[in-house]
Amino acid sequence: MPFNLLVLSCLAYVVFLFAVAWWAERRAARGRLGWLQSPLIYTLSLSIYCTAWTFYGAVGYAARSGLEFLTIYLGPTIVFVGWWWMLRKLVRIGRRQGVTSIADLLSSRFGKSNLLGVIVTVIAVVAATPYIALQLQSVTLSFSVFASPTDEGLAPPGTEATAIWVATGLAIFTILFGTRNLDAKEQHHGIVTAIAVEAVVKLVALIAVGVFVVWGLADGPFDMKARIDASSIADWNLQPGRWAGLMFASGAAVICLPRMFQVMVVENADERHLSTASWAFPLYLFAMSLFIVPIAVMGLERLPAGSNADMFVLTLPLAEGQGTLAMLAFLGGFSSATSMVIVESIALATMVSNHIVMPVWLRLRPAKGMSGDVRRLVLLARRISIAVVLGLGYAYYRKSGGSATLAAIGLIAFAGVAQFLPAMVFGLFWRGATRVGAVMGLSIGFVIWAYTLFLPSFGPDAVIPAQVFAEGPWGLDWLRPRALFGVGAMDPLIHALFWSMTLNTAAFLIGSLFTFPGPVERMQGAAFVHVFDTAAANPRGWQRGVAEPEDLLVMSQRIMGDEDALAFFEAEAKDQGKAGYLPDPSPLFMARLERRLAGSVGAATAHAMMSQLAGRATVTVEDLMAVASESAQIMEYSARLESQQAELTRTARALREANDKLTQLSVQKDAFLSQISHELRTPMTSIRAFSEILTEGDLPAPMVAHYGRIIHDEARRLTRLLDDLLDLSVLENGTVQLNLGLTNLSQMIDRALASASHTKPERSFTIHRDLPMENIFLRTDADRLVQVFINLISNARKYCDSPTPELRISVRQKGGRVTVDFVDNGSGIPQDSQALIFEKFARLTDQTRAGGAGLGLAICREVMANLGGTITYLPGQGGAAFRVAVPLRLEQQVA
Amino acid sequence: MFLQPASYRRRRRRDAARFLPVLGLFLILLPVLWAPQDTPRRDTAPDGIYLFGVWGLLIGAALMISRALAVPGEDDDPDPDSDPGADQDLRS
Repeated sequence: MPFNLLVLSCLAYVVFLFAVAWWAERRAARGRLGWLQSPLIYTLSLSIYCTAWTFYGAVGYAARSGLEFLTIYLGPTIVFVGWWWMLRKLVRIGRRQGVTSIADLLSSRFGKSNLLGVIVTVIAVVAATPYIALQLQSVTLSFSVFASPTDEGLAPPGTEATAIWVATGLAIFTILFGTRNLDAKEQHHGIVTAIAVEAVVKLVALIAVGVFVVWGLADGPFDMKARIDASSIADWNLQPGRWAGLMFASGAAVICLPRMFQVMVVENADERHLSTASWAFPLYLFAMSLFIVPIAVMGLERLPAGSNADMFVLTLPLAEGQGTLAMLAFLGGFSSATSMVIVESIALATMVSNHIVMPVWLRLRPAKGMSGDVRRLVLLARRISIAVVLGLGYAYYRKSGGSATLAAIGLIAFAGVAQFLPAMVFGLFWRGATRVGAVMGLSIGFVIWAYTLFLPSFGPDAVIPAQVFAEGPWGLDWLRPRALFGVGAMDPLIHALFWSMTLNTAAFLIGSLFTFPGPVERMQGAAFVHVFDTAAANPRGWQRGVAEPEDLLVMSQRIMGDEDALAFFEAEAKDQGKAGYLPDPSPLFMARLERRLAGSVGAATAHAMMSQLAGRATVTVEDLMAVASESAQIMEYSARLESQQAELTRTARALREANDKLTQLSVQKDAFLSQISHELRTPMTSIRAFSEILTEGDLPAPMVAHYGRIIHDEARRLTRLLDDLLDLSVLENGTVQLNLGLTNLSQMIDRALASASHTKPERSFTIHRDLPMENIFLRTDADRLVQVFINLISNARKYCDSPTPELRISVRQKGGRVTVDFVDNGSGIPQDSQALIFEKFARLTDQTRAGGAGLGLAICREVMANLGGTITYLPGQGGAAFRVAVPLRLEQQVA
Repeated sequence: MFLQPASYRRRRRRDAARFLPVLGLFLILLPVLWAPQDTPRRDTAPDGIYLFGVWGLLIGAALMISRALAVPGEDDDPDPDSDPGADQDLRS
């Protein structure tokens, strides 16, 4: 096939995947996931375990070593069939703790330690490098096999150029796909769906080639068996060490690989899906492996000696003149490679940004942690990480020469990620596992893996001099990379796996036995190990009332986005029995907020950011006793007591608030009376005085006119005051007549701005509006709503104390409601006054007597109640901010 | 001694789920014992059939166990009714 046609079909396929992902994300955004969140999609997404290594490499592996390739699929089968032991617990912990990656899991298990997060991230990135190189190599090979060097169209570039194009294309694709937004829970529905589609493509392609081989080239299964018996791999060479060791490595890898952890734990939507995957995923692996040996045997039989066995899946149909089948096989291999690279680099990028970039940034600019948009920084860090990860993969491919067999490269990565296993298994099942042990085990395992397997994989004299291979460093014979401690008879891979895992585990156990875990570590340990015994107990540790809720809100908005943060705070405040957006900083609320933030930036970073506002987390004696207590009954009893106590606390708080409000209202009532008599008396006094002067007669005409105007103005002020009072009483009684009609919101705001410009006309205001969003037709009482808008805008004009005043009006439509926010850049309203501003005659300062009687916001509140909406004060927006919410369609109540 | 049949059966189903990987591991490691590398027989085809057979058996058993564990109306957690000492050795 001409090269340009091949490139075009790859691009078309990628565009198709993009469309699938986009469609799935749209459905997810509308909350209609339906079957997109089924066990089937979950199982198919798990199949990113089968990469290009499986698709191309397994056949090559079988052609070289017979049935040994099966270990790579039997190991995961054992792990999934035994899901009740390990995976069930892992998924439950992942969901309960809001884990974002395997580094996050280990760091939060061992006391939210950031050091551990960094170590795990580094190991994962280094171990993924050969694995990504494997994908690049296989795609490059398949291109060079498939593209025919013809005169027409583009000539295929050299393999190195192909590899760099493939790496760049994949990086762009992944960045577009995976880092468009920062999700609260790190779930990517679009990508999961696209991967499920790719899983079907590669399964169908491999089975199609297999069916063609068994029933097209051979004469059915019995003939195939005869051909296997006649082939060069008829008698396979089972090496017990490799048979067991590779099964162990692949079983460990299926849990520890960052991308497997991502789809299995992080993207898991329902724990019951795992129960289906326990048999369906092994079934997928079974189907993928079924035709590997026949394809290998047929390739050895039909293709010229010396052809690359890793490409049999592609070259066999090509040699037999089956162009369509070969194209399908090519797309299958392309799918396997792309899906692996996308998910792997997203998982690694999440780890790098959460465990390396964010902590460094917080350390360098601790004060700035609360300002600036953290979301942009996180996304940027992830994009760069994706590019760097792919760049490293490409560098490995170049450095290793791109000539090794696919399976050999993949196994290096497997042995690398298997280093996480001891820390993970002991962390999940043993409360005595400590952070020091985990750090020691992981570091020693990583160093040995790198020394005995990873660095030697570049070949002698590339990184490690050939002399070291032969004699050991500094002539120390027992430190030879391939024969540690003089054990030279082992297979190099098993040698590396054996020593790294043994010393890793030993260091981990010794470290754990001889050190003492800190309080946070012990609590996290108990929460992990006993995850099934405790009903969602919340870890505590934050002191009550140290942090200002408004500061917390500002910080959360930087990470979660304005809308989500406000919604979360409002729900929490409601849960505490409070109205508005600012809950009390109770330990429970702080813990929930921390977990929510951890879903976006990882446990260690979230903990550090919270500590900046709330001081160090402390663990009380009660918390430790709750951890130490083994008896479920006591815990249940105390949980019940606690919930009763929480209920009482909530009621008491509500009562206390009501009482405070009543007291304040009583004070206000007195103030109201004196205020109203004052407000009525002042104009009355001047009217009386000037009318007395007028009755005396013989005054010049201009003076008469002047005094008459004063009397008229004062009378008007009186009338306005009385009108307001009347208006308020009508609104409060609910006997107001509404004039419903369809009106454009944009026009209403125009009208309000025009009317309000008479207030303090000497101040020039900058108004920021969002005209496209404002273009909404509302069914409501336009005059009344405009009255509210005028009031808010005039207030901003009157009270905004910024030298360059600005007013931002933003409109959002959500469900059947429209919210209009009015935010200025003044100093805002102090927190203790926020509850009062909607009361009658509440004027915060008397220094700016702007002529109002303090009835404006009270009237607004009543108007909004009559319009079926609300008006609230929004804290934490950098100025005074009011949110008006109205229903899109107000139905006339039958009075 | 009185046994609640329903919860007794549920616990045994969980035990079956725990035993299955052990059985699988045993069957898959079995070829090490008959040492295909030392026999003159051509082993790839028969051993392949054996391994795929074991594989199919495990998938079938896992399917049945997963169905049995997902009986509606049963709360799958917490494990208060697990046998005392069943997995105590794994906790500190």
